[in-house]
Amino acid sequence: MMDENRRSFLKKAGCTALGVGCGLPMLVAARSALKEGSEDSKSQWAMVIDLRKLLELPKAQQEEIRKACATACHDAHNVPDVPDSQEEIKWIWAEKYEHAFPDQFHERASDKMKEADVPVLCNHCDRPSCVRVCPTKATWKREDGLVMMDMHRCIGCRYCMAACPYGARSFNWRDPRERDSSSGELLYFKEDLSPYPARTKGVVEKCTFCAERIRDGGDPKPACVEAADEVPGGKGILTFGKRTGADSEVGRKLRDNHTTCRRVGLGTGPNVYYII
Amino acid sequence: MLENACRGGKRYWILLGVWVLLIVLGLAAYSQQLTKGLTITGMSQDVVWGLYISQFTFLVGVAASAVMVVLPYYLHNYKAFGKMVILGEFLAVSAVLMCMLFIFVDMGQPARVLNVILHPTLNSLMFWDFLALTGYLVLNLVIGGMTLDAERKGAAAPKWVKPLIYLSIPWAVSIHTVTAFLYSGLEARPFWMTAILAPRFLASAFASGPALLILLALILRACTRFDPGKEAIQKLATIVTYAMVINLFFVLVELFTGLYGGMPHHVHPFQYLFTGLDGHAGLVPWIWVCEVLTVGCVVLLLMPNVRKQEKLLAMLCVAVIVAIWIEKGMAMIVTGFIPSPLGKITEYTPTQYEIAITVGVYAVGFFVLTVLYKIVLGVRERLEVT
Repeated sequence: MMDENRRSFLKKAGCTALGVGCGLPMLVAARSALKEGSEDSKSQWAMVIDLRKLLELPKAQQEEIRKACATACHDAHNVPDVPDSQEEIKWIWAEKYEHAFPDQFHERASDKMKEADVPVLCNHCDRPSCVRVCPTKATWKREDGLVMMDMHRCIGCRYCMAACPYGARSFNWRDPRERDSSSGELLYFKEDLSPYPARTKGVVEKCTFCAERIRDGGDPKPACVEAADEVPGGKGILTFGKRTGADSEVGRKLRDNHTTCRRVGLGTGPNVYYII
Repeated sequence: MLENACRGGKRYWILLGVWVLLIVLGLAAYSQQLTKGLTITGMSQDVVWGLYISQFTFLVGVAASAVMVVLPYYLHNYKAFGKMVILGEFLAVSAVLMCMLFIFVDMGQPARVLNVILHPTLNSLMFWDFLALTGYLVLNLVIGGMTLDAERKGAAAPKWVKPLIYLSIPWAVSIHTVTAFLYSGLEARPFWMTAILAPRFLASAFASGPALLILLALILRACTRFDPGKEAIQKLATIVTYAMVINLFFVLVELFTGLYGGMPHHVHPFQYLFTGLDGHAGLVPWIWVCEVLTVGCVVLLLMPNVRKQEKLLAMLCVAVIVAIWIEKGMAMIVTGFIPSPLGKITEYTPTQYEIAITVGVYAVGFFVLTVLYKIVLGVRERLEVT
C-alpha cells in the first residue's frame, strides 16, 4: 500500500516536473513571439560603403567626401578635436587600405589600392569583442544590433580598446571640456555645442550609428551618410539601413555586389560592408 | 599582537619614513593625473596599457608565489618552512594590495571603480580578476593573522583556518591564471592569444616570488634576530631553479610556435621585441638583458656549488627578479599593442609622472610589508624571551 502510494506520487511528481520543464520555455517563447514587433524592427542595422564608386572619383573629391563625413559626425556628437595624433578621438576616419584590410593586403596590389583611403568606423559587430570584455556593461549590444556606449558608466579601464580589432574606440586622455586658461575658450570643441551629451575625461567613446537619429524614427540616416550624399558625386557611396528585409537598400546592395568586411577571419561579424 | 607595529627601533622608523616620503611623491604625481587626466602618461590611443598594468601583472605573480611555501608546509608537512610560511603569506598580502592600487591608478574614472561590483558582468575577465584578487587578499590576511595569533598564544589555530589554507592553494593558481586570461582571450592581440600564457605566467611567478622571498629572508637575518634557517633558503633556491628552467622552456616553446610558421600577425610583435620593427626598437635592449639574465641564471642556479653560497644565491635572486620584471613588467604588456591591430607602430615610454606614481604604489606595498613583518618579528622575539 505504502509502495503503491509512493509510486503514484513519484509518477505525478515526475509528470508535473516534465510538464513545467517543457511547458514553461514554450510559454516564454510564445509570449516573446507575441510581444515582438515585426522581424524588421529587431534585425541588425548595417552600412554598405561603396569603395569602388568612391575610388573612381578624383582624389580631391574623395577627400571632400571623407572630410564631410567626419566633420558632420564629429560636430553632431561633440567629438573633441584633439590635435595630438596620439590622443586624437575618432568616430569615423580614413585608413590606408593596408591598415583597414591588413589580412587582404599584399605587395602586388595595384597602386590605386595601395594609395586608397578607406573610410572606417565602428563595425557594430554581431559578436562584439568590446562588449564581451567590458567589466561594467558600459558598452552593450542592443536588440537592433547597435553597439552602444554609456560614457557615464564607463570606468576608463580601456579593456574594450585592447579588445577591439578595428581601433574604433578612442579614450579621452585629457578633459575634452578644457578651456584655454587666458582666453577662456573651449580648446577642443567649437563653442556652439550640439545637444549631444558631453563627457568627462577618462572615458572611452565611439560611433553609435547615430542612435539618436534612429530613436527619432522615420528612415534614419546617420550624419556621415547624409553628409556624403550631399557632396556632388557622393550620393550612394554610404548606405545605411536594415541588413535584411525585402525593401532594404542595404540588403539589396549586399545581394547584388561583391562585398567584404574588415578582418572577417576574427569572427566578430562586422556590419560595415565594403563593395570592392 | 598589533602593538608590535607601533614599537620599534630607530631603523624601523627610518625605513617607514622612507616609504612615507615615496608615497608622498607618488601622491603628488597622482594628484596631477587626477586633474589633468591620463594624458600625463606615455600611453596613447594605440598603446592603451603601460607601466601600471605591467606592474600589476608582475605583482600578481609575486602574490601567487606564496603557494610555493604554503603547499610544502601544509600539504607535505615540510617543517623547514615553518618560519618562512608567514613571510610568504604577508608578502602575498602586500603584493595583492599593490596589484589593486595599480589597477586603480590606471582607471580613467577612478571614482566609478565600484561599478565593477554594482554591475557585475560575468563575461568580463576583469570582474573575475577582481573577485580572485579580493578573495586572495582576504584569505592570506586571515590565514596569516590567525596562525600568527595562535603561535603567540602557544595554541593551535582555530579549526576553520585549515580549510581556508587548503583553499588558498588553488586560489593562488587561479589569480595568475585569470590574470593571464585577461590578455589571452583577445582575438585582436595575437601576441597574447596563446595557451602558454597562463602556464608561463605561473612559471615566471614561481621563480620571481620565491627569489624575492629569499632576499627578504636574508635581509631580515642580517638586520634582526630572525633566522629562517639554511635549509629553508636552500629549498626555496631549488624551487627558483626549477621554475626558472620551466619558464625558459615555455619561452622557447612560445618562440617556436610564433616564429616557425611565420604568420605575420604572430611574427611582428616578436620582431618588434627582439630585433625592432620598421626602425622602432624601444624594447630591444631590455629584452636582450632579460634573456641573457634568464639563461645566465638558469645555468648558474643549476650548479649546486653556486646555489649553496648564499652571497652568490642572493645575487642570482636579484638577477631572476630583474629578468622577470623586464619580461612581465615591461615587455609582455606593451608588446601586445605593437603593432596595433591595424598594423601601425606607436612606441611607448613611461613619463616621469607615471614612474613617480609607480614608485608611490610600490612604497605603499613595502610600507605594509614592513609593518606586517615587524609584527611577525615582534611576536617571535617575545616567544624566544619567554
